[in-house]
Amino acid sequence: MSLPLVLGGAFLCVAGGVPGLFLPPGAAARRIATAGSVGGSLLGLAGAVSVAVTGRVEALTRAWPLPGAALHVELDALSAIFLVPLFLVSALAAISGARSFGDDEHPSDARRTRFFFGLMTGAIAVVLVARNGLLFLAAWEVMALSAFFLITADRQSRESRDAGRLYLFSTHVATLGLFGFFSQLRSLTGSTELVPLPPGVAGTDAGTALFALALFGFGFKAGILPLHFWLPPAHAAAPAHVSALMSGVLIKTGIYGILRFTSLVPDPPAAWGDVLLVLGVASAVLGVAFALGQHDLKRLLAWHSVENIGIIVLGLGAGLAGRAAGRPDWALLGFAGALFHVVNHGLFKSLLFLGAGEVVHVAGTRDMDRMGGFGRVLPKTAFFFLAGAVAISGLPPLNGFASEWLVYLGLFDRARASGSDALRAAFAAPALALTGALALACFVKAHGSVFLGSPRGDPPHAHGEPAAHVAPMAILAGACALLGLWPAGIAPALARAAAIAAPGPVPTVTLAELASLVTVGLSALALVLLLGVVALFLRRKLAVAAPTAGPTWDCGYARPTARMQYTASSFARGPVGYFGWALRPRAKGAPVTKLFPVSASFESHVPDTVLDRAIVPAFRAGAWAARKGRILQQGRIQLYLLYVVATLVALLFRV
Amino acid sequence: MINTLVHVLLVLALPPLLPGVIARTKAAFAGRNGPPLLQGYYDLARLLRKGSVLPSGSGWVFLAGPVAGVAAPLFASLLLPFGGHSAPVSFAGDMILFAYVLALSRFFTATAALDTGSAFEGMGAAREVAFSCLAEPALFFGFVALARISGSLSLSTMLGTGPGWVTAGAPLVLVAASWAVVLLAENCRIPFDDPNTHLELTMIHEVMVLDHGGPAFGLVLYGASVKLFVLSALFLRVVFPFNVTDPRLDWIAFVAGILLVALSIGVVESVMARLRLVKVPQLLVGACVLSAFGMLLLAR
Repeated sequence: MSLPLVLGGAFLCVAGGVPGLFLPPGAAARRIATAGSVGGSLLGLAGAVSVAVTGRVEALTRAWPLPGAALHVELDALSAIFLVPLFLVSALAAISGARSFGDDEHPSDARRTRFFFGLMTGAIAVVLVARNGLLFLAAWEVMALSAFFLITADRQSRESRDAGRLYLFSTHVATLGLFGFFSQLRSLTGSTELVPLPPGVAGTDAGTALFALALFGFGFKAGILPLHFWLPPAHAAAPAHVSALMSGVLIKTGIYGILRFTSLVPDPPAAWGDVLLVLGVASAVLGVAFALGQHDLKRLLAWHSVENIGIIVLGLGAGLAGRAAGRPDWALLGFAGALFHVVNHGLFKSLLFLGAGEVVHVAGTRDMDRMGGFGRVLPKTAFFFLAGAVAISGLPPLNGFASEWLVYLGLFDRARASGSDALRAAFAAPALALTGALALACFVKAHGSVFLGSPRGDPPHAHGEPAAHVAPMAILAGACALLGLWPAGIAPALARAAAIAAPGPVPTVTLAELASLVTVGLSALALVLLLGVVALFLRRKLAVAAPTAGPTWDCGYARPTARMQYTASSFARGPVGYFGWALRPRAKGAPVTKLFPVSASFESHVPDTVLDRAIVPAFRAGAWAARKGRILQQGRIQLYLLYVVATLVALLFRV
Repeated sequence: MINTLVHVLLVLALPPLLPGVIARTKAAFAGRNGPPLLQGYYDLARLLRKGSVLPSGSGWVFLAGPVAGVAAPLFASLLLPFGGHSAPVSFAGDMILFAYVLALSRFFTATAALDTGSAFEGMGAAREVAFSCLAEPALFFGFVALARISGSLSLSTMLGTGPGWVTAGAPLVLVAASWAVVLLAENCRIPFDDPNTHLELTMIHEVMVLDHGGPAFGLVLYGASVKLFVLSALFLRVVFPFNVTDPRLDWIAFVAGILLVALSIGVVESVMARLRLVKVPQLLVGACVLSAFGMLLLAR
């Protein structure tokens, strides 16, 4: 009964947006689309949760008059663990988006955006249940294209058109890789259905090519370094509720693809796990380092997706390495950690994007260096953003810690084993610690420079926080707290999904025996209680003599202005300097040299090194070569006839 | 049960003594008498009775810093074995929780500093979080090395590797050296930060709490001393991983060891100058490399 719920929910999400395309813009169209998205998502959520809880497998096959294709869908625990955040986030983002990207401000774009939002939700759901290669590719392409129309929702802005173009190029290159992947898969298994590979194939050259193609196609979508370059501009340009769904869920389809593919491989070679481990470390560390360098709030959050994908890939790598080493317990820990982080990242990243959307709306800019003091006009947003910041930094007592802890445990478990092979995991654990510390720095900066202190630019006007905006964030923050305080609740679902991701030998111990998530949850609870006790103590002490307000101590300087505050850019200068070799920050402006300086200006940027130093130059070179090749095209029929003759002669000599 | 009680009482009562020991040591080196050993307790008692001034515009986040600054190290202490007595709470993977709970206090201390909108406090917060980025991997390289030596993933058994000094002496020396640097850096002692400095431009931890006063500042001071106590206990257990047979003697040995660590910090602070801020990252990277080498020596 769950599969029809999921499919029906997906259909409802898509159908809800259709009437709006024909109705005049207004409340009726908006209500139908939002109701469709929310109702469909709730239906789908019910189906996905019931499968995640029970671990049943439901399948459905219908003929599809296309050679090699069949409408074969199947819902199992692995699909369900990805479907749950999809439907939860899409419902909440639809509610938030109906208000923040409304018909008043975007008369021509709002209904189109609502339609494509529903379409993308439905397409992601189909991607996650498709078990036929062609059906998968078709749904994948619908998903990718609707994401393009969502990124370019604001058609008036040049930035979003540019971001959309870069995204369109990237997603199609990725799809090209997937075409290669599925045809290679078909030649190895003899079927377009997603069936297991015969044993022994994975280690051959054909198997390696298959893995490389999967890594390329799915890695592009997930945003694994160095295939991430489309991600920061796209997430920055899209409306906030779209960024929430894209960053929280859409990019995870790449992770799902890798997981689903490796679950078809009975004997993954050890090298696959190690490749993922290296890519995971690179994405995690450099992703967060680049995030630190940003002063555009949404771009910062987008770079954090690269980081979190890195952490997830790290877990996948640990899991695959465990499978290759014949250690199902490592595989269980690695995959369970990665899947848990998939869910958690979906929750806190969409929370942060929804908060960021409100901030950008009030500020009229995405530049954090012009913000500050927003906590006074947006107190609830500030609180929930802080919760998201604590969660994404992987700090207890929220959910980010629980999943990172599982990944750590998998790495440590492997690192303590004998043999030099364990050393690869041994280097990954401190790299994850570095990532965590950098993420902490980044979110102290993001939260602090937006919500705390005094306004650096125009002071934000009192705004009010409508329930349609606060409630989705509250629900997401509540889910983060719930999974942080009671991670054992989701553990059986994770273990079942991990078992599908790692077929073969079953570990002799359960996940609960390997990793005591109950203790982690109880510890988080105890930490909250202790914090509460100390807070009550301070409160009582402060109540004795009411505190008075005074100016801040600025080294005795009595008239500090808001412009003197540390900005987001200056806050991040230290760590950005440590990673200068990769980040290549650019600064413009002259240092102050004389006494009584005249007015001077300074700005610094951390552009994307991969995009600026590899992709753009490569395309310039391509364009240059194409321009040179234009000599061949003179537009005279005689010349083309000459080419034909020359080709024929050349072919004659060749034969 | 009785051991847990002693553990909790020690971590609640003993920490304010450590800054006193350090100050007395430094005074002895300088040929002064120095403040009384119990000065830390007097300061706390005085601060908790005072009223306070909050910087205008700051909110509840400003007070969350001191609260997390006390609660987090206290909680972390529950995961740490004191001497030969294992920790009240211990499970596989508790060292990760230990490190991240301390990070939680860093998060809120730095956030509270930004809440004031002061340029200097922003500066301090930026330095604090930047330097921890380098201290954290050093800590974790050490954890990996200890996990490989002991085969355990829990602090209580991981740190009590008495025979480790025989079988894996060289790696342990490297880890201990690296963690000594981490101990000084995380507690903002010389050569990283001078707790007695009076120039805001060069401070790290002290500059973050410039605006806290009265009971809130009392909590800040107490939290800092608890953190010093907890990290000293961690370091002590690596340097001296042996159990004294009699439980009472073991407690006494532990307290003596902690005081000795405080004394050594005092000696270090007396004989060294503070590093220039630009040199601090280099020393921390050095600490990372040391513990990474310690881990590599175990690659068998």
